Amino acid sequence: MKENILIIGGGAAGMEAATQLKKLGLTPIIIEKSEALGGHIAQWDRLFPAFHPAKDVVAPMLDGVKGIDVRLNTEVADIQRDADGFKAALSNGETINAKAVVLATGFDLFKAERKQEYGYGIYNNVITSLELEKFFRTGKDERINNPQKIGFVHCVGARDVKVGNTYCSKVCCTTALKQACEMKEVFPNAEVYTFYMDLRMFGPGYEDLYLKTQKDFDVKCIRGRVCEVSEDMDGRLVIKAEDTLFGKPLKMTLDLLVLMCSMEKNKSIDKIQQQLGIANNSDGFMQNRDMYLGLNGTAKDGVFVAGTCTAPKSLPDTIAEARSVAVEVFNYINNK
Amino acid sequence: MIIEGKQKIWADYQKDIPDDHYFYVRSCIRQAFWPGSEVTFLDITRNKLGKDFYENPYHTTCGGIAYHSDTIPQETAMTIIARQFALMKESGYENYVCSCITSFGCYTETLETWHEYPELEAKIRQYLWDSCKKEFAKPKYLAHASDIIYKFRFEIAKQMKFPLVNAKTGKPLKVVEHIGCHYSKMFPSKGFGGAEYPHVLVGMIEAWGGEVVDYPERRQCCGFGFRQYFVQANRGYSESNTHKKFESMEPYEPDLIITNCPGCPYFLDRWQYVIAEQTGKTYGKNGYGIPALTYEEVAGLVMGYDPWDLGLQMHQVAIEPLLEKMGIPYDPKKKYQGLNGKDLGQPMCPSCIKSV
Repeated sequence: MKENILIIGGGAAGMEAATQLKKLGLTPIIIEKSEALGGHIAQWDRLFPAFHPAKDVVAPMLDGVKGIDVRLNTEVADIQRDADGFKAALSNGETINAKAVVLATGFDLFKAERKQEYGYGIYNNVITSLELEKFFRTGKDERINNPQKIGFVHCVGARDVKVGNTYCSKVCCTTALKQACEMKEVFPNAEVYTFYMDLRMFGPGYEDLYLKTQKDFDVKCIRGRVCEVSEDMDGRLVIKAEDTLFGKPLKMTLDLLVLMCSMEKNKSIDKIQQQLGIANNSDGFMQNRDMYLGLNGTAKDGVFVAGTCTAPKSLPDTIAEARSVAVEVFNYINNK
Repeated sequence: MIIEGKQKIWADYQKDIPDDHYFYVRSCIRQAFWPGSEVTFLDITRNKLGKDFYENPYHTTCGGIAYHSDTIPQETAMTIIARQFALMKESGYENYVCSCITSFGCYTETLETWHEYPELEAKIRQYLWDSCKKEFAKPKYLAHASDIIYKFRFEIAKQMKFPLVNAKTGKPLKVVEHIGCHYSKMFPSKGFGGAEYPHVLVGMIEAWGGEVVDYPERRQCCGFGFRQYFVQANRGYSESNTHKKFESMEPYEPDLIITNCPGCPYFLDRWQYVIAEQTGKTYGKNGYGIPALTYEEVAGLVMGYDPWDLGLQMHQVAIEPLLEKMGIPYDPKKKYQGLNGKDLGQPMCPSCIKSV
């Protein structure tokens, strides 16, 4: 079989789906809008729960797509269904015919400045989890200058009616604890606090990480949301929060505040999604066919989904979905 | 501080304000607290800026104090508001401007509630007819009076005689801006600059030459909080709120506080005396307090109005050090004279905070 399968998105889901489709004898073509494959995960330093280097996961994935047709710096500008499947017009002027389409378009990171009360983009020492990860990778961020008191805010843009995102972003709790431990590794004398609503340690090894965070790294986990951030005369951050276990409001002065930004639907794909006739679910992500048996399917014949385009997911969940979408597509092509 | 971040938010939270023809409603408490403010507002807008502001003598309270103190139900407050709007329509106006921040919050809340619940609007329409025999109407535009001064802040700056600058050093005065909670905390999109970093007073301060002080407790309530003060047993909350703010702003050594709410300047002013009485501490220099003025008073000062015509003698905290800093001439003998020149008598002055 040499049927083309158009994969939109070259992150973890897109790469893994392509690798598996190739093994199954199909011809995947990856369309990636950025200049490199890897997606969000390529920007990460280490992964929870075991502090595994992200590059050790990304590298085999990149090996897997060797020999696969990849178009970087390219977007699907227009897509139409025809008698043979789909005809996609690319931003580089090319046209690609494909029998099936896999949407592996991933997520956008919630824009932290939307939570104005946290002062991102206004107070120098408020940063995002992604920016902290970059610091871990490069060791460079002028805002991180030997901080002695560090706070992490969970659920920034998630489980928050005010910003219109009522869903849990699933990975931020564990990421926050991982990053809190890493900050203690870099700055052993720092006091590190995390402010959470619930700690959702759902995966294997996650609960162990939670215990390790407290026992081995002496990170203080405070159940309560930060409501306000301001800056004092010295440029330090003054935060207000509530400790709901003690039932008391608290005020604290910090040197650095890290916002654990949630996942949101990648809106850059809206036009193509609309052309393909795929609706959004109640959380604003793409609607799959069925939440139990149709995870990779959609309401439209020949259009498949994988990874975080349908909901926030961890990397193992994303990889599992990418592998399952390959089987779904294979069966679809064989049964045509 | 990254000023560009604030500027982006300010750009996001802008609103159009009509250029002219406004129906003006007063606050029920400001005339007692700061009798010069509304008069000055009308004089500036009508006579200095040439705008048409109409007051209907039959307008009343908006009911906000009773509503926020839980002594009248929402339907009653809404019917009072519907009557105010009906007066506006009868007077031939459609741009409604209120003097009070709590009124602005109540009017905004009412209009939004009617929008979301048309059946409630229909009910109020009937109540209005049954109780007042008035035709229901809604304003085309709603603004707080500070929005109007904000809109015309640069025109005011053109007529400015005494900018917010230390006349001796030439340095900008350090000004704390305090926004009434009901301005935009409930409906961020209805206020200039939104809820977290409002621009309405910042814009005035900057246009008139001052330097804005951003201090950690900037967003904290002044301490009025309605039930915090009206319920006598709660007044410790009220004072502790104010105390918290002054402790937070003290290191910045502000010259002045500017407010846009009836209650805020009152509590920020009067509690300074109480704190001084209780603790012996004052927050201004040399035993003085920090003047907490309304935006109309500040507009009047920079435009060269006589401080005593502005009613600045009604403040507990002495205004004279600020006048001297700004180089504004004043006659101490006229401080306690009525408009007719009659001596009204000097009040007793506390020793814990300097009065003159």
